[in-house]
Amino acid sequence: MLLFILKGLLRDRSRSFFPIIIVSAGVLVTVFLSAFMSGYMDSMVRQNARFDTGHLKIVTNAYAEKLSQKPFDLGFIDIGDDFEQWKTDFPGIRWTPRIYFGALLDVPDELGNTMTQGDVFGMAIDIKDETAVRDIHLKEALIRGRLPRKADEILLSEDVFAKLDLKLNSTVTLLGSSIYGSMSLHNFTVSGTVRFGVEAIDRGGIVADIYDIRAFLDMPNGASEYFGFLPTGVYDDVQVQTIKKQFNAKYNTADEFAPVMLALTDQNNLGYLLQYMSLTLGMVSFVFIIIISIVLWNAGLMNSIRRYGEFGLRLAMGERKHHLYNWLIVESLSIGIVGSIIGAGLGVIVISYFHVKGFNFGAFTKDTSMMIENVVYTDLNAKHILLGMIPGLLSTIFGAMLAGIGIFHRKTSELFKELET
Amino acid sequence: MRKLLILTLLISVSVGMVFAITAEDILMNIDKNMTAKTTWSSSRMIISTRRATRTLSSVNYSKGNDISYSEYTAPAKEKGTKMLKMKDNLWLYDPSTDRVIQISGNMLKQSVMGSDLSYEDFMDDLELLESYTAILDNDITYDNRKCYKLILTAKTSGLSYFKRILYVDKERMIPLYQELYAKSGIKLKTMKLSDVRKVGNRWYPMHIVFKDELKAGSGTTIINDDIEFNISIPDYYFSKAILKK
Repeated sequence: MLLFILKGLLRDRSRSFFPIIIVSAGVLVTVFLSAFMSGYMDSMVRQNARFDTGHLKIVTNAYAEKLSQKPFDLGFIDIGDDFEQWKTDFPGIRWTPRIYFGALLDVPDELGNTMTQGDVFGMAIDIKDETAVRDIHLKEALIRGRLPRKADEILLSEDVFAKLDLKLNSTVTLLGSSIYGSMSLHNFTVSGTVRFGVEAIDRGGIVADIYDIRAFLDMPNGASEYFGFLPTGVYDDVQVQTIKKQFNAKYNTADEFAPVMLALTDQNNLGYLLQYMSLTLGMVSFVFIIIISIVLWNAGLMNSIRRYGEFGLRLAMGERKHHLYNWLIVESLSIGIVGSIIGAGLGVIVISYFHVKGFNFGAFTKDTSMMIENVVYTDLNAKHILLGMIPGLLSTIFGAMLAGIGIFHRKTSELFKELET
Repeated sequence: MRKLLILTLLISVSVGMVFAITAEDILMNIDKNMTAKTTWSSSRMIISTRRATRTLSSVNYSKGNDISYSEYTAPAKEKGTKMLKMKDNLWLYDPSTDRVIQISGNMLKQSVMGSDLSYEDFMDDLELLESYTAILDNDITYDNRKCYKLILTAKTSGLSYFKRILYVDKERMIPLYQELYAKSGIKLKTMKLSDVRKVGNRWYPMHIVFKDELKAGSGTTIINDDIEFNISIPDYYFSKAILKK
């Protein structure tokens, strides 16, 4: 029967062409939107995990209260033994210490007086740890020079480097305050420049070895945050929430410097954002079903008017209304299948293209503090094809169901009279 | 008899009008006590943070309101750090890096040595009469002293604090309590001045608690252990050359 219907669709293009175009376009839009939003969410989670949140993070209670301010003076000091214990307790998690700090970067003239200066935001990582370097793609971000190898070497963001008109191996002074609040100054050599493609960091960032920054900020064996990453490298909220529960039950106390574990979704409003975006995606699919259903309903009604005589004849020949109604639905299902396959095929081509090329959002993220990559790539995954095809099929069925109701309004007693006219 | 009564009344009112103190008079008297041609002091700054309490010692020299020089003498980490203020410029010398750094822009709003004072507060050594218009409010008793309550509003823009409320000791003309406000009306800082002593021919508070109202903590205490006014200080102390010496 399906083959018969398909033949009918191909031979009578006037009843299938327009609905197929509508369904194809709708499926294409849904597949693309789903893949784009998924790519966007993945980018946001990935960037936040790398630079700001980890999959998990351990901070002090006092630090957690003012998390967005990153108050390193409320961080950990001298907790080497505790850190080793956490590693033993959660062996699957890879832990890495970080210190985030603000400072004034001062460039001296030949007499040692201030020549130029600017505010900078610093990120200290364990540069001797290859995985910590890989976490933030530091090697890939390197624009000139090399990674710090010797003590008191730092990397500057390319933007700051250019703005302050520096040269490689220039000596600069960082002026900040120690963990105890005292003034702290330290000379560093610029070993290279970096650009991460994250405006929030590229605007005024420096990257340094945590051992040098511990000395600068008077934080022996300390860190402001300990990042934890799941072994798969992919964020899994269920797993993370379980680990968080276990850790906090064991280690978190009322003491203001007691450790507390936070999940990625507890930070930067990410939990809400991710939930909101998933809901938005669901809404888009729902709205798509409604709009396309209305369009196809309308097309079905037009079709019914055009095929008024055909339906009348079939009913007059004794075909039952239910059979005719079901026939219409199967016919629309075949339109939905064909339209969805075409739309999904086009969708795969489009999302494959943007999966490789990406969208450059650099111009829009210039003044944002959000952790989003400048180039966002669509997510190439079969789930988006399915997500696009389901509303494609549903909408055609709903459209046909609504349009076909007219069949039940025809009166058998008047059919021959209708056909005569 | 009736004429005599009227005359007595008129004389009383006139004398009252002549001797009624104005807000400007009070500001002038405060300025007389608090500012000098030159000042030398040895002081301690006690800073309490959530982690620790630190005491910094320094010797301080100033000339008028615009120029001052401080050298930190303790603890070891801060020893040898010097700060020179000349009008709107502030330089800092750090012996560990052998660098002279100019403090400017946003940095001026940062805390000095982790205290409740910002670099702007450190530079904010102005004469009140010159910078603020004052309104005399109801009298008040503060710290068991009878005080005038003054409400000051900045005459010009660019001052660190747009509005100040002062409780001024009636007898010694020293503000014992100050509230410092931003233009938006937010209370930014409070100052409690006590241990008022006679130094030469003026009164001066030897103990000041400075509290940043936007920060947690108990504030920063400045204790003047020794202070002298209008002494001879060589110009050398107020030049950049002293920083690297």
